[in-house]
Amino acid sequence: MTDATTAGTAAVKTGRPSLDLHVIGPIVALLALILIGALMNPNFLSYGNVTNVLARSAFIGIIAVGMTFVITAGGLDLSVGSMAAFIAGLMIIVMNALVPTLGTGWPTILAGMAAALAIGFAAGLFNGLLITQARIEAFIVTLGSMGIFRSLVTWLADGGTLSLNFSVREVYRPVYYDGIFGIAWPIIVFLAIAALGEIVMRHTAFGRHCAAIGSNEQVARYSAVHVDRARLAGYVLLGVLVGVATIMYVPRLGSASSSTGVLWELEAIAAVIIGGTVLKGGFGRVWGTVIGVLILNLIENILNLTDLVSPYLNGAIQGVIIILAVVLQRQKKATR
Amino acid sequence: MQPAPQTTARTATSAAHAPILALAGVSRSFGPVQVLFDVDFDLYPGEVHALIGENGAGKSTMMKILSGYLEPTTGEVMLDGAPVSFTSSEDAEDRGVVLIHQEFNLADQLSVEQNIFLGRELKRGLFLDHKAMRATTNELLARLETKTPAWATVSKISVPEKQMVEIAKALSREARVLIMDEPTAVLTRNEAEILFRQIERLKAQGTAILYTSHKLDEVARIADRVTVLRDGRHVLTAPASELSEDAMAEAMVGRELSNLFPDKADANAAETVLVLKDFSVPGIVENANFELRRGEILGFAGLVGSGRTELMEGLIGIRPATGEIRVNGKARQIRSVDDARKAGIAYLTEDRKERGLLLNQGMRPNLTLLALQKFSRILIDRDAEEKALDRSIREFDIRAPSREIKVANLSGGNQQKLLLAKTMLAEPEIVIIDEPTRGIDIGTKQQIYQFVRRLADEGRSVIIISSEMAEVIGLATRVAVMRTGRIAGTLKGGDINEDAIVRLAMGLEKKAEGND
Repeated sequence: MTDATTAGTAAVKTGRPSLDLHVIGPIVALLALILIGALMNPNFLSYGNVTNVLARSAFIGIIAVGMTFVITAGGLDLSVGSMAAFIAGLMIIVMNALVPTLGTGWPTILAGMAAALAIGFAAGLFNGLLITQARIEAFIVTLGSMGIFRSLVTWLADGGTLSLNFSVREVYRPVYYDGIFGIAWPIIVFLAIAALGEIVMRHTAFGRHCAAIGSNEQVARYSAVHVDRARLAGYVLLGVLVGVATIMYVPRLGSASSSTGVLWELEAIAAVIIGGTVLKGGFGRVWGTVIGVLILNLIENILNLTDLVSPYLNGAIQGVIIILAVVLQRQKKATR
Repeated sequence: MQPAPQTTARTATSAAHAPILALAGVSRSFGPVQVLFDVDFDLYPGEVHALIGENGAGKSTMMKILSGYLEPTTGEVMLDGAPVSFTSSEDAEDRGVVLIHQEFNLADQLSVEQNIFLGRELKRGLFLDHKAMRATTNELLARLETKTPAWATVSKISVPEKQMVEIAKALSREARVLIMDEPTAVLTRNEAEILFRQIERLKAQGTAILYTSHKLDEVARIADRVTVLRDGRHVLTAPASELSEDAMAEAMVGRELSNLFPDKADANAAETVLVLKDFSVPGIVENANFELRRGEILGFAGLVGSGRTELMEGLIGIRPATGEIRVNGKARQIRSVDDARKAGIAYLTEDRKERGLLLNQGMRPNLTLLALQKFSRILIDRDAEEKALDRSIREFDIRAPSREIKVANLSGGNQQKLLLAKTMLAEPEIVIIDEPTRGIDIGTKQQIYQFVRRLADEGRSVIIISSEMAEVIGLATRVAVMRTGRIAGTLKGGDINEDAIVRLAMGLEKKAEGND
């Protein structure tokens, strides 16, 4: 009996919210990385380097914001990297095809952007319908569509590279390389989407419903939540955001091939988990995901700037961090 | 009725004159709640002994003590005349005492043979001895006269076949005592007949069989002796031949109601708010008809598994259902909980931990989840939510150490109050409460009864599903009794008593004025 009562009070104590490791952990890690970077290389905090890191974070970051919703609702999407490549490929084909009629200016690019969003929407709908209507595991559906999208882009490029018309590329380039007030467009778009995502997650019925579904689908169903509709919306939202990320990515290189977006799903999922969203669902935070993305990219950047560890080991270090993040989540659960 | 002398009740098949398994003065408490009081019981080889009692009478606890799943708080379990203390259910099984659960303990994807030897596989050196296991399995199955092949995958065989596999598994452990928890609850009449033949066969081989059932006609037919429990106390043990079904029901019931309950209101004059016509939930509920008046508390009684919960889940759109639903005279299509909410119907689940509340979240998101549309236009109004939480804490007397506490850390009673508050936030006109006080202490129970009564006074209509007979009788102005998926009858006013409900629930008579 005494055991039970002490366990009871302990549970109450830890149930009280405080500034625990779970909340400040990612922030501390990010600050530590910035400090290490600044100490190791004087160029680290230069305008050029900071812009470079943030702009490169934007693609994964935009996708990871969508992934936060899917994971919070208890789902997963492994197909986002292939989906980005597929969308990039189709977008380039659409724009090249429109050059004779619309010319090499903004009309063609806007049509290409619309196509990217539409394809992202359709791809997300494809995943979401299979998961919610055919009731196939998200892991299996998106593993399958990962293969499908990757193979389609390889086929479209005929094993090589799809290149955007050179004149169009010149017009489109500034979307990645320019900005306003010295802030590059990808950074602006990423931060805007992250801010919107945070508001949607914390202050709308949709965000609340995602967390409810992820923590207990039955409870959500009995509480008048349209479970299938909300989950489908999550996958569609993610698809559209992959479209947005692709829109920002294509002007960077102006091409797409079978190696575009490889392992983006890994980085996006890793960023979400590092940020403190629970892998099994039920709790998600978009600001955490933003920090997660920055942590992953800073590690890569620091490895590139210093010669302490070979940059080739970047993937290994990211892998260790992902596993550590999940272990920390698990330990928190065990002590609760 | 006096307990009959044990020896006269035994069948002549066994030569043994000592009980194989017995309880001497066994009591059992869970925390502060005592569920068994000084129970004596004995079971002889070669007899079929039925254990009957209402839900919550202590049958499962007693069976679990007999089979090593639980230990008695005081008193002793005797095996072959000597005190024994099983360290675990495995220990009990090793000594020949096997409990077959109502939900089978079989690995669905494995074959019959693999299941029978699961965890005790026969080996030859490092490898499995398939030949020996196949031979033993075939022999066991032949003994039970089942045609189920040893290689069949368990997920593909029928329910009675699964039961046979469980029995074969028990026999492979050389079970001398077989304890079966409502074995016929999941069987059709024909399937039950097959089971009875097997029980006769096992009995002839000297196996002692203890079994529980709510079907008194069955008990009268196959049991040699009957033991009745009520409120955790042993009421009587007698030869089945000396007990009529009525006498059994009488022994199970017969308890006075305390004044736990508020006074009843009279809702006869009020208008009808809900009508269900020929309402069916395929495979479970057939042609239910009932109506509900404003300010009325309608009770739904019946055995666990009689389809009460499923009927209500059909009504609120969680389960596919057919039939007509009229709310305030208007026909309604309800295909989801959201449709039900819009029609002014809310359902409070019996399973508050798995279906009612998000345990890993705080009180505020839980409270507003059902009625979230009231708090959000585009964004959720946090202040309004906090105010609603304040109001609910006051109105439903929710006691929490802090506002931010995770719901998992609230007591059962406070969870139930929160669930009630959550449901009422949707302002339903019709409230369906499934098992309103399951696992809740007596003080909170009384509070919840007052809340229910207040709902009715406010002009809402309440349906109470409860397996606690006293609750239905104490609260409801009318009681519908369900039996095997049908509404067996409806009782009113002075006709509402335990005896009448048990009779309808057990199918002992077809009285009552039928469905209204």
